[in-house]
Amino acid sequence: MTDLVFDNVRLIDPRTGQDSPGRLLVRDGHIAALDAPGAEGAPENATRIDGAGAVLCPGLVDMRVAIGEPGFEYRETIASCARAAAAGGVTTLAVLPNSKPAIDEPALVRLLRGRGDETGLVTILPYGALTKNCAGEEMAELGLLREAGAVAFTDGIHAIADTKRMRQLLAYAQGVGALVVQHPEDPSLARGGAATAGALATRMGLPQIPAAAEAILIARDIRLAEMTGARLHFGHVSTAEGLELIRQAKQRGLPITCDTAPPYFTLNESAIGAFRTYAKLSPPLRAESDRLAVCAALADGTIDAIASDHAPWDADDKRLPFAQASAGGTGLATLLGVTLARVHEGDLPLARAIALLTGAPAALLGSPAGTLAPGAAADLCLFDPEESWVVQAGALPGRAQNTPFDGETLRGRVLGTWKSGRRVFGEQTA
Amino acid sequence: MAETLARRHHLLGLEGMSAEEITPYLDLAANYALLSRSRTAPRDALRGRTVINLFFEDSTRTRTSFELAGKRLGADVINMTVATSSVNKGETLLDTAATLNAMRCDLLVVRHAASGAPALLAQKVEASVVNAGDGMHEHPTQALLDALTIKRHLGTLSGLTVAICGDVGHSRVARSNIHLLTAMGSRVRLVGPPTLVPGVMQSLGAVSIHHDMESGLRDADVVMTLRLQRERMGAGLVPSAREFYRFYGVDSRRLAFAKPGALVMHPGPMNRGVEIASDVADSTQSVIQEQVEMGVAVRMAVLDRLSRMRTAS
Repeated sequence: MTDLVFDNVRLIDPRTGQDSPGRLLVRDGHIAALDAPGAEGAPENATRIDGAGAVLCPGLVDMRVAIGEPGFEYRETIASCARAAAAGGVTTLAVLPNSKPAIDEPALVRLLRGRGDETGLVTILPYGALTKNCAGEEMAELGLLREAGAVAFTDGIHAIADTKRMRQLLAYAQGVGALVVQHPEDPSLARGGAATAGALATRMGLPQIPAAAEAILIARDIRLAEMTGARLHFGHVSTAEGLELIRQAKQRGLPITCDTAPPYFTLNESAIGAFRTYAKLSPPLRAESDRLAVCAALADGTIDAIASDHAPWDADDKRLPFAQASAGGTGLATLLGVTLARVHEGDLPLARAIALLTGAPAALLGSPAGTLAPGAAADLCLFDPEESWVVQAGALPGRAQNTPFDGETLRGRVLGTWKSGRRVFGEQTA
Repeated sequence: MAETLARRHHLLGLEGMSAEEITPYLDLAANYALLSRSRTAPRDALRGRTVINLFFEDSTRTRTSFELAGKRLGADVINMTVATSSVNKGETLLDTAATLNAMRCDLLVVRHAASGAPALLAQKVEASVVNAGDGMHEHPTQALLDALTIKRHLGTLSGLTVAICGDVGHSRVARSNIHLLTAMGSRVRLVGPPTLVPGVMQSLGAVSIHHDMESGLRDADVVMTLRLQRERMGAGLVPSAREFYRFYGVDSRRLAFAKPGALVMHPGPMNRGVEIASDVADSTQSVIQEQVEMGVAVRMAVLDRLSRMRTAS
């Protein structure tokens, strides 16, 4: 493999605190050195990539992704998901276990990791199922799954309903040193619901889920985490009240963390008006006041990471009456562009936004990804934070096209993605 | 833009419609009511047109009403009742749309258990879609026929106090009535226990919420009762039919809180002894049978108007 030199780039690595113009040298698929722009001493025969002032940061680490494979390949395969990821600058994916079969067997964990490596585009970090078949009942073999490479445990799109079971799961997970990730929504309040309770859902005549379903479960689980000493992470948090509980838990010094997803700081419930099923998500889109609270929690550090919450569905799963349509939206290709809106609007410094998409989720999952430190794998994302593009359902990379951002103009475009030093997205410019 | 189009070609709901947009339907329906009684209705307004009644939920009375309306105007009316077992298979809905397009149907009357289903069909079919009730969303022709019935008795809708009682939260009839009555200048009260009339319904517009019948019915011009579905008991929203009747049933004692001679209405089918007492349902104040009659007239008006808008555009 020839050496690569990225020149004339703005190097941002929140994990090392770097944010400066410079050069980056890649050798044998790893980052070899960083130095000043235009410095002498590039190796002979090195391929030079002129970034023309664009940002070079670690490949994004997306800590919440659903893939259709195994079991629902008509929605998306690992290969098509990997293409969408590469186009979005994402080089590491943590994949939810709600496949068919669920990822509750050590062999399946190894299979998923291997299938990710086979693509050559992404590293897959599998979540292990917290309970067998993600059914919320019998405990999965957390220790064996962890040995096989599961990075954390969750029932993915389902919350553990039973309080006593959740307590036992947290206690056992703490024993094996594993992080537990919870979908923060009280299952009985959420059952059958399609939209956040309120004026809009009332007018539309949709079955409702009170926003408090989130805070109710978060309050319970924080208390259980406190009882057991477990590390607990809440995925796609979306309400002011839920975030406030997490903020307070953090202030008390508890090992509680959370992420959110771009729809929750970009859209509000009005996006479902006219029964638009591509905006039907789980949890459902919230009131504008909740969206603003998510923006504030990103700014004040309550939220530890941003994940795409990529949930692929086929058009037939979505072209249904609203209450019957599947919940979830694709997010890999739009993750960076939508997140950068927070930077352009002044909520987040650019380096902080990058941290939330790279080093921070990697650290939560114990992954070495998400850094430009010499010696690290050369997983890289080159992007222009200013260039605009329009999201078009039907024209997105990958198989699934169910984006809630259809028609939106995003400012910030991935120019190139490299996985272990190999270009996996973008045109060769040199 | 989609909104304008939807209003021009379809009748999906009454939300957002102004008095000026509603009144022509009522005026035309009043005319059809007279003509129907004198059996001199022109039987050719829809000649050569095809009306398909597409019912994903069983409803003999609404379907029959639309069927009669179409036939009185000379249309070819076809009833399609889709087996409830396949309702959850969404492909059925859009596949059905494709089939109907191929049949060159002009007016499509849709009843579906899911809110928004007629709107989804309206995007896919070339026919004008009439919502004959979708989930908990809207039932516009029911509200129009209620309004016509009230207008015939009280002369106006403006300035009236209308109490809508019972299972308001799950009711598409209530929603369409709220939109229509508030647009026409009536004061609307929603009356029932908090599980069936949640506070958030306040957001539907100029309505007031009452959890007891006395304050809800006091001095009302119209008392509208709604059917209480049996499944509300199973879902833990109401303990029993007899407790509901005890506190929220419309009987003669409660009706006495309303204005003397207040109209009693019910969209049918009634649960006698649950939401309404038999003597009230059969009393001289009850206009329940007239509602059924006005239903045909209103549906004639809706089919006729939509068909003409179609021809004009």
